[in-house]
Amino acid sequence: MSAAVPNDQLINDHLIEERESSILIKGGQRKNQLKCDADSIAGCISQRACVYCGARVVLNPVTDAIHLVHGPIGCASYTWDIRGSLSSGSELYRNSFSTDLKENDIIFGGEKKLARAIDELVQKYKAPVVFVYATCVVGVIGDDLEAVCKKAAQKHGIQVIPVQSSGFIGNKSAGYRAACDALLRLIEPRSAARPPVNKYRIKSINYLGDFNLAGEAWIITEYLRQIGVEVNVVFTGDSKCNNLQKAPGAALNIIQCAGSMAYLAQRMEELYGIPYMRVSFLGLEDTSASLRSIAAFFKDLQMQRRAEELIRRETVAVKPQMEGYRAKLRHKKAAIYVGGGFKAISLIKQFRELGIDVVMVGTQTGREEDYQTLHHIADNGTVILDDANPSELERFMTEKGAHLLVGGVKERPLAYKLGVAFIDHNHDRKHPLSGYVGAVNFAREVHDTVCSPVWKYARGSGGGIYAGS
Amino acid sequence: MLDCTPKEIIKRSGGVINPAKTCQPIGAMYAALGIHNCLPHSHGSQGCCAYHRSHLTRHFREPVMATTSSFTEGASVFGGGGNLKTAIKNVFAIYNPDVMAVHTTCLSETIGDDIPTLIKSAEVPEGKVVIHANTPSYQGSHITGFSNMVKGMVDYLARSDTDEKKEQVNIIPGFINPGDMREIKRLVSKMGIKFIMFPDTSGVMDSPMTGKFHMFPAGGARVEDIRDTGNSRLTIALGYYASSNPAHQLERNCRVPAMTIKTPIGIKATDDLLMTLRGKFTREIPYELEEERGQLVDVMTDTHHHFYGKKVAIFGDPDILTGLTEFVLSLGMRPVHVLTGTPGGTLGGPQGIFEKEINEMLAAARLEGRVKAAGDLFELHQWIKNEPVDLLMGNTYGKYIARAEDIPFVRVGFPILDRSTHPYLPIVGYRGAMRLVEMISNALLDRQDRDAADEDLELVM
Ligand code: SF4
Ligand code: SF4
Repeated sequence: MSAAVPNDQLINDHLIEERESSILIKGGQRKNQLKCDADSIAGCISQRACVYCGARVVLNPVTDAIHLVHGPIGCASYTWDIRGSLSSGSELYRNSFSTDLKENDIIFGGEKKLARAIDELVQKYKAPVVFVYATCVVGVIGDDLEAVCKKAAQKHGIQVIPVQSSGFIGNKSAGYRAACDALLRLIEPRSAARPPVNKYRIKSINYLGDFNLAGEAWIITEYLRQIGVEVNVVFTGDSKCNNLQKAPGAALNIIQCAGSMAYLAQRMEELYGIPYMRVSFLGLEDTSASLRSIAAFFKDLQMQRRAEELIRRETVAVKPQMEGYRAKLRHKKAAIYVGGGFKAISLIKQFRELGIDVVMVGTQTGREEDYQTLHHIADNGTVILDDANPSELERFMTEKGAHLLVGGVKERPLAYKLGVAFIDHNHDRKHPLSGYVGAVNFAREVHDTVCSPVWKYARGSGGGIYAGS
Repeated sequence: MLDCTPKEIIKRSGGVINPAKTCQPIGAMYAALGIHNCLPHSHGSQGCCAYHRSHLTRHFREPVMATTSSFTEGASVFGGGGNLKTAIKNVFAIYNPDVMAVHTTCLSETIGDDIPTLIKSAEVPEGKVVIHANTPSYQGSHITGFSNMVKGMVDYLARSDTDEKKEQVNIIPGFINPGDMREIKRLVSKMGIKFIMFPDTSGVMDSPMTGKFHMFPAGGARVEDIRDTGNSRLTIALGYYASSNPAHQLERNCRVPAMTIKTPIGIKATDDLLMTLRGKFTREIPYELEEERGQLVDVMTDTHHHFYGKKVAIFGDPDILTGLTEFVLSLGMRPVHVLTGTPGGTLGGPQGIFEKEINEMLAAARLEGRVKAAGDLFELHQWIKNEPVDLLMGNTYGKYIARAEDIPFVRVGFPILDRSTHPYLPIVGYRGAMRLVEMISNALLDRQDRDAADEDLELVM
């Protein structure tokens, strides 16, 4: 079976009609436009999460904040320290705070309980900021978060910021936006005399859209330091309230996770005149290209020279390892199903670096331009799909003979059940995947799972336990 | 250091810090997975369903399938009826389960969607069933949700066809791992008694690797069996919180007498289960089980000196805790702090049944301890700061306390997110009790080895 032969038949039998337009095969005759950014169909198994989830992901790495979830208990329980973003200081963000709304609160409103919770927590923890997340129920019963937070802020002399993240008002992207709005409120200069914008720290940047999973932001900060760029603040990996408030002083914003932070960058350009640029530090190619564009932005020859030096040094250092992995992984087939489009694009490039063919790529919340890029760079025959459900993932991985799936927590056991290797490119990742070291870690993880001897036992078992022997 | 808990205990009234429970739908989802060919359905926004699936996935390391009504703003204003009807149509068209088990989320509860009426007016294909449970999370906990969904199974599926009851027993196992359910089934089988266990997640949440993905793995209680529970002579509900409500519902609906006993964790609770079966069905307890019991007692006597007088803090789900507390007491340990997040009185009965039960056990052992239902882990941590313990037992979230206070830690209960294999290995029955002894003594003795000065390190312990 050649991957280059487009096979529309693959799609037509057995898939849900409404889902047809969300799936396409590169090079297939049917179409080259994918439907995306649409609501999931009721009654489908979707891998998607909600607005609150999006907001929480983005804000959680503000380490010295009290993250108070206003709602019934579950929303807070499930998000208790599952994010994997590391801190160099405060660990307060790793606790789980909830107003734990009860029936009475639903009937009579939860504002009083919320106010009490804020009072008690602020007293106990002396935190500089409280984020109050609205969950679905709060949106429906109509608690006035704005008012409660304002009052609490005055009372305690700190920032108490509502996050409008009721789950039903959209999907995860709406949550990113809610988080960005909250951040904008946090960094808004409070004195009437704004600091002089953007001029006084010439070589300083804000690094947006890195949540310091497994310490990734630290790696990138160090590269930038070496080429002579000072990272003013990371949004929001390992960040603290008072660093964040210095954000308007940077000369440039660079964005790693565009899905979550492009909006914030746009707003900061409007408000503070800070230009922004998209970067990616996933994979050797993207990392090098990003360092070059940052150096080019500053029009500083010294910096450009240092960047080239760093790129050469680091590339040379990782080359032998990468080639070792490449030799073992060449012509393996990978499937990708991740949250955002930008990550999917980076992953395709990374697999290329390893000689791996990508046979399926999909996202939960990719946008039209992401899918255009994906379509552009994918090989002929690659299945491209939006908001996939497990049966579709199973079907295409099996049909395309994938050896590996990249995804998040819910995809892992699915892959394993199929006898397919897996790596987590989400919050459960255990090693940093950014930068040059990250590229090696990624290659190693791919290798260690794809080449594990366990699959020998797993594969034979399809036709009964002793079938393969 | 992950220690953000002050020692000084102050009164709190504004919510929870570090919860010791989670919300109803995840319990309902887990229960529904214990029906063969059943697809759980979450009636609400996508987020809840995604979280519940992720959390179950992390605990069991298995794919967890569930559909959602995918509420958007429209649904939250005009009601989710349309979404549910579409969902019912799609679920059967696409996934073709035998049963679709709908549970609500806080959102659909708050809007007030009338699920039974919606189900009645939906087009359900011939031979298929849609069951439901109301699971608002501003009441109870995941344990309540489990109980409610099992009650839904009773209401929708169980039928009494004959006046004469059959020589068979219904077992409602409660919110325990599939490995535990297997072990309970083994014990009942060894007694030679015909039984129907429901829900039964064995074969679903511990399904074998076959190289294929099965949307509906081979296990689970079959619809016809659940239907037949109405004809059984007796229902044994294991665990007051997770099981007794559905058992009594079955009694009301189909006149099957119900009795509730403890989840069979530890020697006494296992004895109780077997003695109950023996008494009700006049069977002899086979030598094999007596042998197992004897082995357990042997292990307990071999090791009791390691345990005597050791202070232990236990937290988690109430039905598990009653068994665990009783068991550590039988080992001579002192359970000085026992805390569950699940509030008391889930049966609409009096509050504090949990506290009462544990306190009675402590009193019988002439001990005193702090016992609380509807507590959180912040509070437990404060207790431990004020009265330190030698051992902590509970779900994964205990690791923060264990680390902050440097206490040996045994993982039991739900959820366990940072270890594997536990869903397969029982803690119930005599064998499960042996495993508990092993886990507890490993934790205590490893600690002793690690802390021993060179001259104090002993080869034989
Ligand atoms: S809103 Fe959803 S996740 Fe939150 S408590 Fe309710 S059911 Fe659970
Ligand atoms: S209730 Fe809403 S906010 Fe909470 S998890 Fe569910 S969808 Fe998300």
